[in-house]
Amino acid sequence: MLRAGLYANGRWLVRGIDLSIGPGEIVTLVGPNGSGKSTTAKLLLGLARPSEGRVARAADLRVGYVPQRLSIDPNLPLSVARFMRLTRSLSYSDMAAALSETGVAHLTDAQMRGLSGGELQRVLIARALSLKPQLLVLDEPAQGVDMAGAIAIYDLIAAARQRLGCGVLLVSHDLHLVMAQTDRVLCLNGHICCEGTPEAVSEMPAYRALFGGEAPAGLAVYRHQHDHRHLPDGRVLHGDGTVTQTCDPHECGHHHHAHDNDHGSDGKQ
Amino acid sequence: MLDDFLIRALIGGLLVALLASPLGCVVVWRRLAYFGDTLSHAALLGIALGTLLSVSLPFAILLVCAAVALILFLLRRNGDLASDAILGLLAHGSLAMGLVAIALAGQRIDLNGLLFGDIFAVSRSDLFIMGGGAIIILLALASIWNDLLAATVSPEIAAAENARPQRAELIFLLLLALTVAVAIKVVGVLLITAMLIIPAITARRFAKGPEAMAILAVLAGAGAICLGLYGSFVFDTPAGPSIVVGACALFLLARIIPYGGRRPI
Repeated sequence: MLRAGLYANGRWLVRGIDLSIGPGEIVTLVGPNGSGKSTTAKLLLGLARPSEGRVARAADLRVGYVPQRLSIDPNLPLSVARFMRLTRSLSYSDMAAALSETGVAHLTDAQMRGLSGGELQRVLIARALSLKPQLLVLDEPAQGVDMAGAIAIYDLIAAARQRLGCGVLLVSHDLHLVMAQTDRVLCLNGHICCEGTPEAVSEMPAYRALFGGEAPAGLAVYRHQHDHRHLPDGRVLHGDGTVTQTCDPHECGHHHHAHDNDHGSDGKQ
Repeated sequence: MLDDFLIRALIGGLLVALLASPLGCVVVWRRLAYFGDTLSHAALLGIALGTLLSVSLPFAILLVCAAVALILFLLRRNGDLASDAILGLLAHGSLAMGLVAIALAGQRIDLNGLLFGDIFAVSRSDLFIMGGGAIIILLALASIWNDLLAATVSPEIAAAENARPQRAELIFLLLLALTVAVAIKVVGVLLITAMLIIPAITARRFAKGPEAMAILAVLAGAGAICLGLYGSFVFDTPAGPSIVVGACALFLLARIIPYGGRRPI
């Protein structure tokens, strides 16, 4: 993508996006709500045509896509097994392997509409991986999944990158859990506000200012313990995406949330 | 002679069920039920224009329906109007134009046959046209089926993974227009939507997958045709409405009979 932008409904959704993803590279897009993460992913996939700039993909690129949302009409009976073959035929053994990889093999004959949010997410990821994609695009793949599940999903994506050598574009609102496996982080807010390795980005003032009020503390707890960098937050973002004022009672024993509350909202301590 | 026209009616009706039911499933999945009405109104305009201009009626119907399908596709792709609003425009616009054109054509149009169908008047040549149309429609539908299903489940996944959702949707809309042109003689303008929708939703409860639902819908549609023709013959009622009454009866039956399938989680 070269200086790409999309103008719709009277405003620029994103502008001036320079982004490239090579084989075997994991790029993560982070940013607050409405910062154009999904729009950037859609531009990259060719789901939207850029109003300015250019987007180019390799010819005959095999893409696996995990969308942010999937709603299936109640009149459409669709089993997981049929959904797995949505855009490409798939042998039964390959399908079973893909589903057990994400831990949902027992749902093969279940109806898609009956799945919980986390189950749906795992099925979506299994389907995208079963395509053996050259480019894997995941829009918030860990939404609705508990923390252990999210870690498992990121491990799976990292393993797929190893095995398939595919490029990965990950959209996330949660910098910290993603950072472990990612090569490059782009922090968006209608434009690219900072970019670099995960470690570098989380140090940048632009990133800290952007996430000032809403830093992902729930998962950052682990980092706090071993490198002693504190992100400013009075609230707790749990692994399942909920935000609460206090942490769970059993977690409070060994983390310092009262201390967290003292941090300023501008990122300075 | 008696047997002959009954058999022709039966064959014609079964052909309509064979076409309308699987397409009807997709119509239901994509929430395009109103599009059936739109196309039938467009067919009315087609008949009126065909009569006025002395063009072959099936051809005129097909042309107007295809034009309406194309307008729907283009307006939808534009994305600034909701589908139901576009369909409201097209349905009532073509209905009004059709009524004006019928008034201009004067006495030459059998309005009753147009509205309710005239299945017992299906001729041998009608059957050949319908049979040819059926083969084309079913082959085309089979060839786009996977892309169409992907586009129905998630247009975004379909587009990202090269399943050509726009192409599938356009072909689907044109096939629907062709089906209406083929079926209008059997069930008439007023009731064509019923033949798309009712067999599909009758089958819904028993189907575990989209393909199974399409096949079961064909059976439900064929059952409705048989019931309706029988009723029409015995009670001397108009055939088109009788067929739809039969379809409704099958739907009720499918709801009432116990079907204790264990549901997967």
